[in-house]
Amino acid sequence: MQNSSAAARAGAPANDVVVDVRDVRYSIGGREIFSDLSVQVRRGRITAIMGPSGTGKSTMLRLITGQAEADGGKITVWGNDISTLSGREIYAMRQRMGMLFQNGALLTDLDVFENVAFPLREHTRLPESLIRTLVLTKLHAVGLRGAAELMPAELSGGMARRVALARAIVMDPELLIYDEPFVGLDPISLGVILKLIREMNEGLGLTSIVVSHDVHELATIAHDSYLISGGKVVASGTPKELAASGSDVVKQFMTGSDDGPVPFHYPASDYRTQLIGDSSKGKAG
Amino acid sequence: MSAVLHEENLILRFVRTVGHVSLFFGRLLAQSVAALARPRLIVHQIYNAGARSLIIIMLSGFFVGAVLALQGFSLLQRFGSEEALGIAAALGLLKELGPVVTALLFAGRAGTALTSEIGLMRATDQLTAMEMMAVDPMRYVAAPRFLGGVIAMPLLVAIFNVVGLFGAQLIGVQQMGVDVGSFWSQMQGSVGLNDVFEGVTKSLVFGVACSLIAVYEGYHAPPTAEGVGLATTRTVVASSVITLMLDYILTASFL
Repeated sequence: MQNSSAAARAGAPANDVVVDVRDVRYSIGGREIFSDLSVQVRRGRITAIMGPSGTGKSTMLRLITGQAEADGGKITVWGNDISTLSGREIYAMRQRMGMLFQNGALLTDLDVFENVAFPLREHTRLPESLIRTLVLTKLHAVGLRGAAELMPAELSGGMARRVALARAIVMDPELLIYDEPFVGLDPISLGVILKLIREMNEGLGLTSIVVSHDVHELATIAHDSYLISGGKVVASGTPKELAASGSDVVKQFMTGSDDGPVPFHYPASDYRTQLIGDSSKGKAG
Repeated sequence: MSAVLHEENLILRFVRTVGHVSLFFGRLLAQSVAALARPRLIVHQIYNAGARSLIIIMLSGFFVGAVLALQGFSLLQRFGSEEALGIAAALGLLKELGPVVTALLFAGRAGTALTSEIGLMRATDQLTAMEMMAVDPMRYVAAPRFLGGVIAMPLLVAIFNVVGLFGAQLIGVQQMGVDVGSFWSQMQGSVGLNDVFEGVTKSLVFGVACSLIAVYEGYHAPPTAEGVGLATTRTVVASSVITLMLDYILTASFL
């Protein structure tokens, strides 16, 4: 019941909003990451969070999963205000989530099978035969049943990510979070991961959040997208709507042009003054 | 003025670090109780910290014992009491050299391995991944490694002492010609249970200190190549200094 009341307060259809980020402010070491961030993730959909590198996309995931606390605003997940949850409650919430890390983050001292079995062994008292069946089923789903006995060091980047995906879904989560799932993948592995994200979402009835800057890949799978820049959402809608947007920031991002509202140059003092004016000192700055 | 501020800063930093380490130690102890329910993880870490240090410990123990016999013999000979070599070697190893040298070697071998392993797990998101799987890395990673080190240290010290005594006997008796009977019988007569107790206490305290430092440094290492490297260095330096400091305090309190 807590779910529906919270969602109703937020002004969204009851039980439809899984993650609701509202007016969130957050800064690290004096640097403001988010000034006014609002994002809604709806049940059963793939929501893409896009933005240039360094805009805090991964930080947003840390806020949603309770690894960091916002300075202001409110984040609700399944109707629960994250800031009011105890450590134990946050762990309970995370058991309903799966997360795929950029580099897989497999445990290097366990083989592939044990990596996927890890959450089951930690959180359940299932008999060994059932664990085996579950793990092999998930590994089969990502096409790596045959790699069960390999160690993480023996896997390619794409394979490691698929194993991590199997591990992320082994507890049958309701929400699956992907942190930069396409980075550094060859076209075949990339195609595989795209297909898996779509299949997982449809086949398992999941809600997915995909954080990435790969616009074209995301456009093929995302139902909703948010473009974050300068600490806030600068555009949102379906990938098609974003592509048709008139905003300069959105245009620059979608077309990948090197200069625009997001400048090519990191802020610096005047080029001429620095080169000529400081030459007497022998070095810049 | 700035010197005062600087010193205040240093003191503040020191107090903060002590507080931070103490809090970490408290959490570690709390999780260690829970970790005892998973003996397999701990046994694995005893193997890592203990069994894998065996060769270096035995080799060092042998030479420390041998040197002790040489030095002891040349000193005792002046007073015509070479037979007391057994006592000198046994007390020196049991109460002092065994625990201290083992702790220093432990810091260099097992401590650095612990720090860099945990630091790299942090750098490759493995600890975060565990937290995201609702598994507390303090319980799964830190506590078993800490307990493994604490248990391994007294065992390593015992082995160090045995091999050291063998080395002392080999040099003293076989080479220098000390009477074998008086070597062992004087040792038996003069080494009491309280001497053994002192050595065991030291080894346990050093085990806790060195393992705590290694796990703490690894757990808090910045997730970069440089960060892990610096943390590893700090482990060796801090463990060594604190071992020698604690050794003085313990020796003084046992007198």
